Amino acid sequence: MPATLLDRLWEAHRVAPAGAGRDVIHIDRILLHDLSGARALAEVAEKGYGVANPALVFATPDHAVSTAPGRTAETFRPGAPGVALLREGARRHGIRLFDLGEDGQGIVHVMAPELGIALPGLSIICGDSHTCTQGGLGALAFGVGSTELAHALATQTLRLAKPRAMRVRLDGRFPKGTTAKDAVLAAIGRFGAGAGAGCAIEWAGEAVRALPVEARLTLCNLSVEMGARIGFIAPDETVFEWLAGRDFAPRGAAWDAAVAAWRSLRSDDDACFDIDLAMEASGIAPQVTWGTSPEHVIAVDQPIPSPDSAPDAGRREAWAAALAYQGLQPGRPLEGLPIDWVFIGSCTNARLSDLREAAAIVAGRTVAPHVSAWVVPGSERVKRAAEAEGLDRVFRSAGFSWREPGCSLCVAANGEAVPPGARCLSTSNRNFVGRQGRGARTHLASPATAAASAIAGRIVDIRKPF
Amino acid sequence: MQRFDRVTGPAAPLLRPNIDTDVIIRAERLVGTPKEEMGRYAFEAWRYRSDGTEDPGFVLNRPPFRSAPILLAGPNFGCGSSREAAVWALAGIGVRCVIAPSVSDIFAGNALQNGLLPVVLPEETVRGLAALIEADPDRARITVDLEAQTVIGPDGAVHPFAIDPDRREALLAGLDDIGLTLRQAGAIAAWQAEDRRRRPWVWLEALT
Repeated sequence: MPATLLDRLWEAHRVAPAGAGRDVIHIDRILLHDLSGARALAEVAEKGYGVANPALVFATPDHAVSTAPGRTAETFRPGAPGVALLREGARRHGIRLFDLGEDGQGIVHVMAPELGIALPGLSIICGDSHTCTQGGLGALAFGVGSTELAHALATQTLRLAKPRAMRVRLDGRFPKGTTAKDAVLAAIGRFGAGAGAGCAIEWAGEAVRALPVEARLTLCNLSVEMGARIGFIAPDETVFEWLAGRDFAPRGAAWDAAVAAWRSLRSDDDACFDIDLAMEASGIAPQVTWGTSPEHVIAVDQPIPSPDSAPDAGRREAWAAALAYQGLQPGRPLEGLPIDWVFIGSCTNARLSDLREAAAIVAGRTVAPHVSAWVVPGSERVKRAAEAEGLDRVFRSAGFSWREPGCSLCVAANGEAVPPGARCLSTSNRNFVGRQGRGARTHLASPATAAASAIAGRIVDIRKPF
Repeated sequence: MQRFDRVTGPAAPLLRPNIDTDVIIRAERLVGTPKEEMGRYAFEAWRYRSDGTEDPGFVLNRPPFRSAPILLAGPNFGCGSSREAAVWALAGIGVRCVIAPSVSDIFAGNALQNGLLPVVLPEETVRGLAALIEADPDRARITVDLEAQTVIGPDGAVHPFAIDPDRREALLAGLDDIGLTLRQAGAIAAWQAEDRRRRPWVWLEALT
């Protein structure tokens, strides 16, 4: 019987039935951060359970920590107790912790792949919905709440219902100027923010196969914005080459055995998907969101849609509310819209390749005087590598603020926020009401679009000179 | 975990699609707010005006719906962040059940860990229930019966819904998942011993 990659990943972790409808699924890696991770450790302690296998658990503070240069856990005081709980829990249980300022610290979904904590075929959870990012390596990776996180800490398993299998094929090749970020935003715009509900998405097709690893992580990162808790790409030589030699990746004979096993992690050619979708990659232009859901997205040169053209009553109401919140009129393109802030960062787009792409555009230019522009590297390692290449100098001399690794303006849980009413072009993943700060207006885009727009002071179509 | 068997009461209609967990509870409230106090901040961007006073136009500020135990929502309810505080915030304002055409998987998982029941019904059914509520907001009531797996509308119409039997049992009994799983500790240990041979690269050394 032909199998999907989801079937193979599920079967490889199925310990036992958990009663009708669910399975006990083994969890190979548990990632803890200073909000949900600290809470889950506290919950395990309160309930009197232990941590089943601390060697498979990793911790790093990223959410409620300042990203100001020279920061400590105390710089953002309200976040300090969470970091303290994480440190104390890690010490007590023997959990590996990558602390502020140390090699390895970073946004969990940036540091876990870069350290080889995430590997193909592993089941990986974190109390963070963007854990699906790590599916870019071919892992079964997904976000959970803090109670389920505590369950996994105590038992090394979760009780889960198997999701349905969805495939999204991106056929053909991307045009010049189109990145993985544009592609996934376009897919969400086409299929909807709830399209993947109840599903695990396998991203496939020629355009996906051609993506380097970091772009695959970006693509899978936004699976959850299409409604799917899980997103992944079948691992291949590109992934194996990228992972070889990383800190927690196997070595020697163990590496060879692992790669041999990972080569079977793919869907059979004749596998059946519950939902099978496709898009032509060559038709995808640079995308920018206009509203307050990632599905409110258009090509940068297209007109903002009118609520009158919404497909149903619910969306008509949502579109009208989004336009009012964003202070926009339908009928005009986003291109040329003045902006106040630019944020280059987050688990979506703060890897070295993202920073290189942005720096190449910024080099020798200056940020528009009315724009506040930030670069927040995704991890300590990304930061150090970027500094070794001089990217920090490129950004700084253009007028960007060059900061310490963390989630920062993507989630605004650390005292850093876009002011009310200000318009921010952001490389992050969510344009929800108030996400980047109370009353803040977010437009999601690629690092290239963000960098060019910071210089111009308005939203730019990077296919044209600016 | 709080048991769930049967709930009857007003149902607040909040039908726009893609209501995300950021709007249910702001990220900054995750820092330092005890679980029990999250209700105060539920839907704060919609519930309160910028001067901090209540917005009388928001459905949860209208008298029949102030402490409605049921929320009627649009598709993809609870999308976005995995923050479990979204469930605690809803529980904090008295919500025991969300009825929607679809509910985000992570939100549903979190809800079920806290005795809050997500019920998925077809969009036209949810809209029909909302219309009946709006026609007589002060008196219309909805009943959600988990034992029978039905929603009973203000007009007496019965709408069956599906739920994993394992989940249903746990909710009816108020059972904690960890306790259930630890009963299978032997099976887990045996599976792990076998997996160490099958996938040795998964198994890292403990910190010394």
